[in-house]
Amino acid sequence: MDSIPWWASEGAWKKIAIWVTGVMLAVLIFLTFDTVNQITAGSERVPHYSAINHRVYYRLDRARGYQVPVLGDEAPLFGRMLSADEAEALVTLGKLTVQAKNCMNCHTLLGNGAYFAPDLTKSWLDPAWVSEDVREELMLEFLKDPATNARTFGSGRRMPHLGLSDEEARAVVAFLKWMATIDTNGFPADFPAIRQVGDR
Amino acid sequence: MSAVAERLTGGQRVALHYFAAAVVLFAAQTFFGIIAGLQFVTPELFYGVLDFSVNRMVHINAMVVWLLYGFIGSVYWLIEDEAGTELVGLKLARLNFWVLTAAVTVVVLVYLLVQVGAGTRLSIWLINEGREYIEAPRWADIGIVVCMLVFFYNVAATFMKGRWSGISGVLVLDLVGLAGIYLAGMFFTPNVSLDQHWWWWVIHLWVEATWEVLVGCIMAWGLMKTLGTSRRIVTTWLYIEVAMMLGSGILGLGHHYFWIGTPEYWLGIGGFFSALEPIPLVAMVVHAVYDSGRHGFKSTNHPALAWFIAHAFGNFFGAGVWGFMQTLPQINLYTHGTQWTSSHGHLAFFGAYVTINVAMIYMALQKWRGDVWMSGDLPDRGFKWKWSLALTNLGMLGMTVALLIAGYQQSFLERAVGGSTWGAFFAAQLDPWFVQAMVWRNVFGMVFTLGVMLLIWDFVTIGRGERRPMRAAAQSA
Ligand code: HEM
Ligand code: HEM
Ligand SMILES: [Fe+2]
Repeated sequence: MDSIPWWASEGAWKKIAIWVTGVMLAVLIFLTFDTVNQITAGSERVPHYSAINHRVYYRLDRARGYQVPVLGDEAPLFGRMLSADEAEALVTLGKLTVQAKNCMNCHTLLGNGAYFAPDLTKSWLDPAWVSEDVREELMLEFLKDPATNARTFGSGRRMPHLGLSDEEARAVVAFLKWMATIDTNGFPADFPAIRQVGDR
Repeated sequence: MSAVAERLTGGQRVALHYFAAAVVLFAAQTFFGIIAGLQFVTPELFYGVLDFSVNRMVHINAMVVWLLYGFIGSVYWLIEDEAGTELVGLKLARLNFWVLTAAVTVVVLVYLLVQVGAGTRLSIWLINEGREYIEAPRWADIGIVVCMLVFFYNVAATFMKGRWSGISGVLVLDLVGLAGIYLAGMFFTPNVSLDQHWWWWVIHLWVEATWEVLVGCIMAWGLMKTLGTSRRIVTTWLYIEVAMMLGSGILGLGHHYFWIGTPEYWLGIGGFFSALEPIPLVAMVVHAVYDSGRHGFKSTNHPALAWFIAHAFGNFFGAGVWGFMQTLPQINLYTHGTQWTSSHGHLAFFGAYVTINVAMIYMALQKWRGDVWMSGDLPDRGFKWKWSLALTNLGMLGMTVALLIAGYQQSFLERAVGGSTWGAFFAAQLDPWFVQAMVWRNVFGMVFTLGVMLLIWDFVTIGRGERRPMRAAAQSA
């Protein structure tokens, strides 16, 4: 064994492997505490669910160099102001519905999921909903009967009928609106949001 | 059957069960992939009956499950040889297989027949969790964890009874991580950022940390067996690999934390560490090719060695090169969630994990047939293994390149020019470059499927009626 230099020896690499893994794990755990803190609903990056009571903009932040969500005046969803608890319950139902209907296996949420249908990260702000006045109604109609209301933009790809109840459809809209308030470090980039009152 | 029983250890007979189920699921994965691929170009196909979301879910779930089956099979295959003693809980291992397989069957049937539920917790517990790759409903999650614990007990206790080695030490610690990480995906939260944060722990820390180390262990054992490489060399390499893989892969997790609400420091940390991830993958290619060359490619099992080498290259290209292409945040901003991602996902999973499982299945088949000859000069010139190797790899490469072209175009038109709106998404999907790429993906998907059929035919027939004994493994220091 004398002919093997230390840097090629089994023992040295065993120690290195253990130390490297340990140190990396420690750093990851440390960062995880901080990250989870920063993405808990109600934080600066991830607003509380009651953010759905407000208008949501996606504006260029000059200091950071990209668009970030900005909360505006009160603009209650479906015309009704919700308490913090009510808002949380609604978004929770929306999220449960999104999971139970398997949205993520056609769409992406925050860019993760499947690539058969459009990304939903900023779908609340999508110009496809024509104008602020008709957006909520269009979204509800679409979600409850996507097969008929799909525009498909000429692709022929239609969302299937998933049997959403009126309540579930409203909750999904709430979830989508809330998702649009999350600070995603500028993803998607250069997104041309729908025109809204108070636009600059 | 009794002759087989004599030839194989108890663990190896259990392993054959796992391998058989794995192959069935591989066939299912391919089938549902083809349907999903066709739906891209003919969206009315099975619309409202077997929608894209269902096919895709079965496609990727079958993949995750069969690869895990393959890994479990591989560990059961080598454990008694490595530990120098008999498996501690043989009956338990058998029972475990049937319980797990029954659960998987039920889950798949529910996916196909029930498909979706109402927006309740009950749906998540019973039907599907709606989170890519780990869609399995919660009851199945718990079942999977229990089965993994039983498996883990069997592995750890067997090594404890027999002897430990560098390989088995790494293997056992790695299995703790692999099973433990799964727990991070087992909860519901309305907060989609938090959800995806932990979801990536499961996905990323599996494929870019614990699975890589697991296949490193299998590869180390495989090279000793097929080539006769010395234990000291493969063990040292394994430690080097663990150091480099976990040194980069653990914090490389940050490359999924660019855009999901997580803090900005992940742009730097994720970009930097994930950019280092290809290094161990290059090292593995060097290791495999160097060893093969040193032994003049004189192996005891040609198909297995060929697939081991395919693993080294596939891992390097699929994970190392295709992953690296989109891992810097400046680029990922535009490629994130496009066919570019899909291109990488396909080549990486195939190159890194399908290949090594196929290699292990060939190792198993050889012994099952009675340690028969599987080197050069096979009957019919070994056309089945050679052509299936060629067709699956060519098919996968063709699909990958087609998807890359689609992804490139999508990054440009949808992300950069169109600002990622719905209109921009469909503009990109309708672009001739994209449509053509999707057609070619399907063509190469068929080539791949042909390869899979040939591969399964070869699994069933190779070594049958072979009289020549296996070539003796080379001895080396
Ligand atoms: C065998 C190892 C690997 C496998 C099986 C694998 C597989 C995958 C899969 C399936 C996805 C898509 C996840 C989704 O559906 O959203 C993905 C994403 C990604 N992978 Fe890997 N990967 C591996 C290694 C690597 C390596 C070594 C790198 C970097 C050098 C890398 C970089 C990435 C990046 C940046 C993404 C995110 C893509 C996006 O933003 O959409 N991967 N990987
Ligand atoms: C006949 C061959 C195959 C076809 C036609 C096919 C087709 C597809 C399709 C259409 C998708 C959905 C992509 C999307 O959402 O846009 C998909 C996803 C996926 N497939 Fe396949 N597939 C095939 C084989 C494989 C193989 C052999 C593997 C790996 C072992 C694999 C792994 C995956 C993965 C990991 C994803 C998720 C990708 C992501 O989210 O980035 N597929 N496949
Ligand atoms: Fe990753």
